[in-house]
Amino acid sequence: MLNFLGILFDGLAFGMLLFVISVGLSITLGLMGFNNLAHGVFAMAGGYLLVDLMAKAGIGFLPALPVVFFTIALASLALERTLYRPLYKSTPLDQVLLTVGIIFIATAGADYQWGPAQQPVLVPESLTGQFSLAGLDMSRYSLFLMAVGIVITVALLFGLVRTRFGAKIRAAVDNQRTAEAMGIRVDRVFQLTFALGSGLAGLGGALGVKVIGLDPQFAVKYLVYFLLVVVVGGPGSVFGTLLAALLLGVADITGKYYVPQSGAFIIYAAMIILLLMFPQGLLGRRKAR
Amino acid sequence: MAHKAAESVVRMRIMCRNTVGFLLVLCGVFAMAAGQASAAGNTIKVGIIAEMTGTFADHGKEMMNGIKTYMMQHGDSVAGKKIELIVKDTGGPNPDVAKRLAQELIVKDKVDILAGFGLTPNALAVAPIATEAKKPVIILNAATSIITTKSPYIARVSFTLAQVTAPMAEWAYKHGIRKVYTVVGDYGPGHDSEAAFKKAFTKLGGQVVGDLRVPMKNVEFGPYMQRVKDAKPEAVFVFVTSGELGIGIMKAYNERGMKQAGIKLITTGDVFDDAVMDALGDTPLGVISTHHYSADHKSPENAKFVADYKKVDSKLRPNFKAVHAYDGMAAIYAVAKQLKGDVSNGDKVMQALKGLKLNSPRGPIQIDPETRDIVQNVYVREAKKVGGKVYNVEFDTFNAVKDPGK
Amino acid sequence: MNDSHPAVAASPEAPATTENIMGTIRCENVLTGTSHLAFLQSRDRWKPAEMIFWASLVSVFFVFPTNLVFASQILITGLFALSLDLILGYAGIVTLGHAAFFGLGAYTAGLLAKYGWHEPLTGLIAAGLVAGIVGYLTSFFLLRGSDLTRLMITLGICLLLYEVANSATAFTGGVDGLGVEMDKLFNLFTFDLYGKTSYLYVLGVTFLLFAVTRSMMHSPYGLALRSFRDNPTRALAIGIPVNAALTNIYTYAAVIAGIAGALLTQSTQFVSLDVLSFQRSADLLIMLIIGGTATMYGGFVGAAVFLLAQDRLANINPQYWHFWLGVLLIVMTLYLRGGILGGLGRLTDLIARWRNKERT
Repeated sequence: MLNFLGILFDGLAFGMLLFVISVGLSITLGLMGFNNLAHGVFAMAGGYLLVDLMAKAGIGFLPALPVVFFTIALASLALERTLYRPLYKSTPLDQVLLTVGIIFIATAGADYQWGPAQQPVLVPESLTGQFSLAGLDMSRYSLFLMAVGIVITVALLFGLVRTRFGAKIRAAVDNQRTAEAMGIRVDRVFQLTFALGSGLAGLGGALGVKVIGLDPQFAVKYLVYFLLVVVVGGPGSVFGTLLAALLLGVADITGKYYVPQSGAFIIYAAMIILLLMFPQGLLGRRKAR
Repeated sequence: MAHKAAESVVRMRIMCRNTVGFLLVLCGVFAMAAGQASAAGNTIKVGIIAEMTGTFADHGKEMMNGIKTYMMQHGDSVAGKKIELIVKDTGGPNPDVAKRLAQELIVKDKVDILAGFGLTPNALAVAPIATEAKKPVIILNAATSIITTKSPYIARVSFTLAQVTAPMAEWAYKHGIRKVYTVVGDYGPGHDSEAAFKKAFTKLGGQVVGDLRVPMKNVEFGPYMQRVKDAKPEAVFVFVTSGELGIGIMKAYNERGMKQAGIKLITTGDVFDDAVMDALGDTPLGVISTHHYSADHKSPENAKFVADYKKVDSKLRPNFKAVHAYDGMAAIYAVAKQLKGDVSNGDKVMQALKGLKLNSPRGPIQIDPETRDIVQNVYVREAKKVGGKVYNVEFDTFNAVKDPGK
Repeated sequence: MNDSHPAVAASPEAPATTENIMGTIRCENVLTGTSHLAFLQSRDRWKPAEMIFWASLVSVFFVFPTNLVFASQILITGLFALSLDLILGYAGIVTLGHAAFFGLGAYTAGLLAKYGWHEPLTGLIAAGLVAGIVGYLTSFFLLRGSDLTRLMITLGICLLLYEVANSATAFTGGVDGLGVEMDKLFNLFTFDLYGKTSYLYVLGVTFLLFAVTRSMMHSPYGLALRSFRDNPTRALAIGIPVNAALTNIYTYAAVIAGIAGALLTQSTQFVSLDVLSFQRSADLLIMLIIGGTATMYGGFVGAAVFLLAQDRLANINPQYWHFWLGVLLIVMTLYLRGGILGGLGRLTDLIARWRNKERT
């Protein structure tokens, strides 16, 4: 039983990490219907930025995290302006082609700049190792991930429900045309949401270096995981994404512990079943266009 | 009649449009295909097939660095012939691509020798071609035992997993470890390693209390390590490919507090690949591993190799793959000298390779005349700090180990 | 405007919409007084450009005798892309898991050979059958949900098969792959080092399947499919059995993909896990988009351009060639919508329009 709780805890922590990285993709997909396969590139950039900030600029792990968030958010704005914007009204296929192109460039660029190997990251002593609580061994870093995830979730939900900007986002997700008719500048809303989502992805990438590693293939390797979380959760739904990410995290970790020979089989099977039961995602809504 | 005319105009235009379009495309395609020129002459052509991009890009990089180091030391010509390298990228484990590249290198570029192959599937796919074309293939890394049995034209200068695993089992038993859990990557070399460890360890009287095969595409090793921890063995033996998987295992081992729980980590040198030691930080300190090369190996040959390697690539530490490639080039140079520069006959090259002895940075090595596989020393090492960085310091040697997997 | 002109809609290059297909039929009637059937027949006639295309493929055999292995792989990939075009370009189902069928075919052919059945042609048929059966069964998963859901379901199925092949090491060889031997083709021609036999074999099979597919897509059935892609509601309303049509085309596309996979196995005499990889599905999608969807030839053109570009770039710069490929893709999306054939179509239209102006 204790074992199970420990594994469950790890699964939830992994899920939180997936959530932080994927939630931006979910919102942009729900809002604009833009198929941004290159979302993982922002996460990867965040990871590399963290590594460089720590190794070259000598900034500590914790202070580096907000720097990563804001830098990646700003950088994504530039990309949105130059490459993404011309394709908003285009077909999904063109969007796929563009974003795959971005992935290729980012992969080769990261390889050129940082080399093909995994990147090292040293987190503070206080975040490493395990601690015992009532006989249950838990990793400190997992606890830290959970805390960060919960803070972000609360902030996002609060922002979405309570702020004016959040109301605009919800309106735009629900019905873009009507929102525009009401005087909401959907493109402006989208731009900011895109930056926010990319910044979060960067933050997730930085947090993930210690757990899921960082190398030039990052954006490709985890693409399936990000898509899976977003689609199962229902694009555009923050809470759905959280639910899907936690489910996936727990399924992945418990599967590995109890049936190690199954590999990733369990996750994919679960995804297919869930999608057949909920074709619009767990908490997705049918969109009015 | 007017509509008939209109129709034919329409049809003409369709034709015209299609034809122009297709011709343009075809011209482009043909031009791209024809843009290949191969220079013949007084050269020895070596085709290198390696993993230059993708998850295993570090294989290709280290190999190329090793080759460059050798050519920097010994010049780019031997026995009056210039060595010409043609490098091709498989992009990872892509046997069909590797096979096509080998085929093209032989029939189009007319290479004399093929070398490279970081991964087993790529090497296996090329075996039939080597046999059919009678061209020598020198394996610079792939480590499954069976590879050399697949064609009489394959020789290996790297290592096999069984070769470096069996000494680990013996060493562990000698030092009082009786219960071991094995964790290996789920692919050919992993299976070889698992089998070799079980065989050697149980023969001595030890007990393998559990075994795990982990998928090669992995995110997180935590749960696997937790499973091992809960089985409470005295030690866990690990083999996974060097690079990201090794780092993942090490992270999980520390994160799960297994050292504190009294479970020793014993591994082959892949997990503590010199190229990733810096990424691991201080975490490996004290871990015992067996392998055939460490950048810390104490010999004049190695000192020179490491120093020259730094000139080729100042960022990386040379690892075993770099040494394999370095020795592969050494073997090619030696054979070329012996055959007075004429390496066009594959049978003669193979004859010269069999029994070839080299003084490698890793110590003396020989290509077994019967199996065409490598015979070399395997060292027992401990991770220690040397000059502020962690190195695998050798402290015990198993001399001239043959591949026990055959 | 030119858009409603038959020349645009009737040519295979233009990504035709329902509106202009319907427009064409009406227009053709007014123009010529012939029936719908005549319209379909005229579309079904082989055009000179197509003949040149296939003739040039035959000429490759003589012109590039040392490139035949690569040429076969391009053809196989082109056939595979044609199969994707059927469901993506013609039926409008976005899939990221088409390698599932390619891989099934490849492993079927490989396993047959491993367990003693070395005859190539029957191997092809078996591979097509297995892929077709699985295609038929899984097609029912695609009748519900959004594009994104379908994309993930197809991807999930492909990943599942990958995991199965990976863990069934005893049969498939797992990550190490499966080397096989083939009999002589028709008991006469060995699969040789230069790839001569395999090129002609692949070319023959590809042409045969292409011809069948072509006449199918130019039949009323092909039009029905397109109408579904463009407007499912209207298609249902005019009495097209949408679900049945989808199931059929998905199954048929799976058969073609399976045969393409088997061709790869037989010509390389090796099967590896990457036949089922996500990478293969994704690359295929890119190739098809590059070439142009719903054009019959887009897949072949895309495969040729993509693979050759990849090969060239990788030769020039083995380590960082992905960068240039990425640049190429981005430039294409920004400046060459509708793929190469789409772009060429527009270009030749421009030329034609300009010539007409000259004349008048």
